[in-house]
Amino acid sequence: MKTCFALSCLMLGTFGFSASLLLAEIDVRQAQSNRTEVVRQAAPAVVAIFSADGNGGGSGVLISPDGYALSNFHVTSACGNFMKCGLNDGVLYDAVIVGIDPTGDVALIKLLGRNDFPFAPLGDSDQVAAGDWTYAMGNPFLLATDFQPTVTFGMVSGVHRYQYPAGTFLEYTDCIQVDTSINPGNSGGPLFNSAGELIGINGRIAVEKRGRVNVGAGYAISINQIKHFMGQLRGGLVVDHATLGATVRSGTDRTVLIDSILESSNAYRRGLREDDEIISFAGRPIGSVNQFKNILGIYPQGWSVPLVYRREGKKEQIIVQLPALHRKSELLQPAGPKAPPQPKRPDGRGPKSPDDPHSAEASLPKDELLAEYKKLFVKKTGYANYYFNEQEQQRVLAGLKPFAGWQNAPAKWVLSGKTTDQDTFQIKLLPQALSAQFTKRAPGLQNLDGTDFLDEPPGSGGLLAALQQFKMLLTGGAAAFTEMSYLGNQPLDGQEVSVDVLVTRKSTVECRWYFRSSDGVLAGFDSSLGTDVDAAQIRFLDFQDVQGRYFPSRFAVQYGNTDYGTFEVTTVDISAANETAN
Amino acid sequence: MLASIKSLSSAVVIPFLKRGLLLLTTVLLAIPNVGWSQSNSQTITSVSPKVVKIFGAGGAKNLYAYGSGFLVSPQGHILTVWSHLLDSDTVSVVLNDGRRFEGKVVGVEPPLDLAILKIEADGLPCFDLSQATSVGPGTRVLGFSNAFKVATGDEPVSVIHGVIAARTTLTARRGAFESPYNGTVYIVDAVTNNAGAAGGVLTTREGKLVGMIGKELRNTQTNTWLNYVMPISELSDTVEQIISGRFTTKKTDEDEDGVSKKKPRRYEAADFGLITIPDVVARTPAYIDRVLPGSLAEIAGLQPNDLILFVGNDLVQSCQMLREELGRLQSGDPLKIVVRRDDQLVTVGMTVPKKSVE
Repeated sequence: MKTCFALSCLMLGTFGFSASLLLAEIDVRQAQSNRTEVVRQAAPAVVAIFSADGNGGGSGVLISPDGYALSNFHVTSACGNFMKCGLNDGVLYDAVIVGIDPTGDVALIKLLGRNDFPFAPLGDSDQVAAGDWTYAMGNPFLLATDFQPTVTFGMVSGVHRYQYPAGTFLEYTDCIQVDTSINPGNSGGPLFNSAGELIGINGRIAVEKRGRVNVGAGYAISINQIKHFMGQLRGGLVVDHATLGATVRSGTDRTVLIDSILESSNAYRRGLREDDEIISFAGRPIGSVNQFKNILGIYPQGWSVPLVYRREGKKEQIIVQLPALHRKSELLQPAGPKAPPQPKRPDGRGPKSPDDPHSAEASLPKDELLAEYKKLFVKKTGYANYYFNEQEQQRVLAGLKPFAGWQNAPAKWVLSGKTTDQDTFQIKLLPQALSAQFTKRAPGLQNLDGTDFLDEPPGSGGLLAALQQFKMLLTGGAAAFTEMSYLGNQPLDGQEVSVDVLVTRKSTVECRWYFRSSDGVLAGFDSSLGTDVDAAQIRFLDFQDVQGRYFPSRFAVQYGNTDYGTFEVTTVDISAANETAN
Repeated sequence: MLASIKSLSSAVVIPFLKRGLLLLTTVLLAIPNVGWSQSNSQTITSVSPKVVKIFGAGGAKNLYAYGSGFLVSPQGHILTVWSHLLDSDTVSVVLNDGRRFEGKVVGVEPPLDLAILKIEADGLPCFDLSQATSVGPGTRVLGFSNAFKVATGDEPVSVIHGVIAARTTLTARRGAFESPYNGTVYIVDAVTNNAGAAGGVLTTREGKLVGMIGKELRNTQTNTWLNYVMPISELSDTVEQIISGRFTTKKTDEDEDGVSKKKPRRYEAADFGLITIPDVVARTPAYIDRVLPGSLAEIAGLQPNDLILFVGNDLVQSCQMLREELGRLQSGDPLKIVVRRDDQLVTVGMTVPKKSVE
């Protein structure tokens, strides 16, 4: 009996061992088939990018069925406004530049000719952790002459990495570091997670030795950062990153303090001062200067984000609107297609020399661009491609449809009603002048004879000027302004709700109109009387039919740090200009 | 647990008796999770807090002012490579969570290319050297290091993955692979040995300690780079002796009879317990920065801030010349050093100890 037991133990032991090998083998085979499956699904969305004459080269990835694709700015800037893009079906497509982010090294292009392009689903790069498996795909060394992407497989080495600008304004913030082999030509191509979701755009490698090949440290721009800029990129803009308008320094015990602050900055007006300690920024705790720069770098200019600071032991939260990092002219210079060497291409390919053995393989058949494609590029200063900005303007302006009844309405408007703090108001918007009368508040008067717009009524930030702008938008649309532009989307007032932003200018007044991204409804607008001053912030709370016309019946007005009031409109009298107002 | 095994291999399990099932369960549990398809996040989360970033002397071309190390005692002993980084008075040690400490060199062993630093802290997560494992070719490994100083903020160091390609002897030759370390190494199929990576740690996928990542090593003839890792078994005795304060360089170089096992090696200042100021300019004067406690130099009475003027009868005008002079010495030679201390010339004498390796 004992022997029998021992024998069975031995047998079982042996069996257990071989079973484990079997299990390991199953595991390996499973992992392998998973990998092949991810590659099979992801590869069709990977783009090989060439300049129109077949030179240069890099990679990209499709993110929508109508052909929008992401790449690096340093790839597309060398390729011109129209480029050629190869997919793994072996077909070469025409593509046009849409929007660029020279600072973040991102470009959005649009492949043409189909509405059913394969595309990669966007992942959530904040969920990525060191140790996760990744796939880099693209066209390193231009090996894929049939546009079948090269696939490399590797691991995430670190997340939320900050890479200093390498002698240019090109700065990689909050990026993903991988040991996945990334080489020249991979630039602009996708980094996928193990589920085949797009988590980053490969862009830069450590090149401190061994020439321009992989040394185990590659960097991908996180897809979550790109998501912040996506609206602006789709709007054909040359997008800019943000600054705080203040410099920071390390304090003792891992604190970060405001070193100096511009008095003209929004942060200063919100109350931030020198030596204040930054506790958190955009919802993320701050423990080092590096960390702060890392987080700041992922936001576009003009966004409002929450900032918590401590002064003399007391914590305070403010919403700060972030100014642009660069002057417009700084970014515009390299955006022109005829200036390729402008930003140093950290890992990109140099221009091809004629004796490059690959140039023959890579050269593409020359063909003329279709006329219908040519109109997809409109040159305008400040834009990568103004055509797409116009498209986005039209899309967003559709949100004004409910207000259609105001088009060409008579020119005299008289709004009356009460405020929530038991004041009454009568606001007159006449062709020659604007006025506001209250029971309690100070009255306001604004002439429209060409004099400067002022803070009328006082303390409102120029509510009269703002309402005049609103009237112009409703009655005249885009044509009523000197300039209109689509500025992408952003969370309204640093909160959850995403809005599309249109900006308009008329004389010295600049307005930002906010349309809810989800349903296109006009959520409010900011009207500022100049640069570096606070805007009157008008937020629509309710709409009603007022004498047969759709109108914001309740709206809140905020100026700087103070609530000016919440207005409830009971009547809107409109009459033609030649009738006298009572 | 049973359920999960069933789901893995129910076809295998079912035919067996209950007793057998129990046994099989035990055997299966003992097998480490191969986890080919899984993320290494868990291992990385447990290993990263034991790896430190070191910032010290350097900054000139090819002399990086940053490096790596890892904690080998809860009291803050750190194992790293012996390099120019440690030439400064103290180095800055940054932990995984961003805490910053001043690190002091408590011992070095140039033939093994290792140094032990100490920071004033307690209760730190650390590796237990006695738990280090020996691995063979094909073992899947992770390398943790401050490579390229990527992790500059309050963030964990970089991690890369690879496979042990070979376990072999590093034949470090002048002109080919020039390295003071001359012993068993693991060769890794990943680019583990990058700028700043030396002193980093190599573990198995399960986080078991394997070895210390060596310096960058380039074959000057073929311009190829070697990614090698020194097994902990080669280093642990010395490390433990340094930490316990029992360390003298002689021990590792002699067999039981006190006879040198290895060919003589060029002498360095550290062999005498001398640390000079960082050699950063073309002719850095050979000032003594520190004298290691219990060393020959201390016994002879040398002090920090002494300027070394003569080794034997030869005038020493720079750190570089000091290295050359010391390199000429033979074991057992009488050594006379003349230093300038304040306004006086001081002469000290000692005997060159027995040493190892070329």
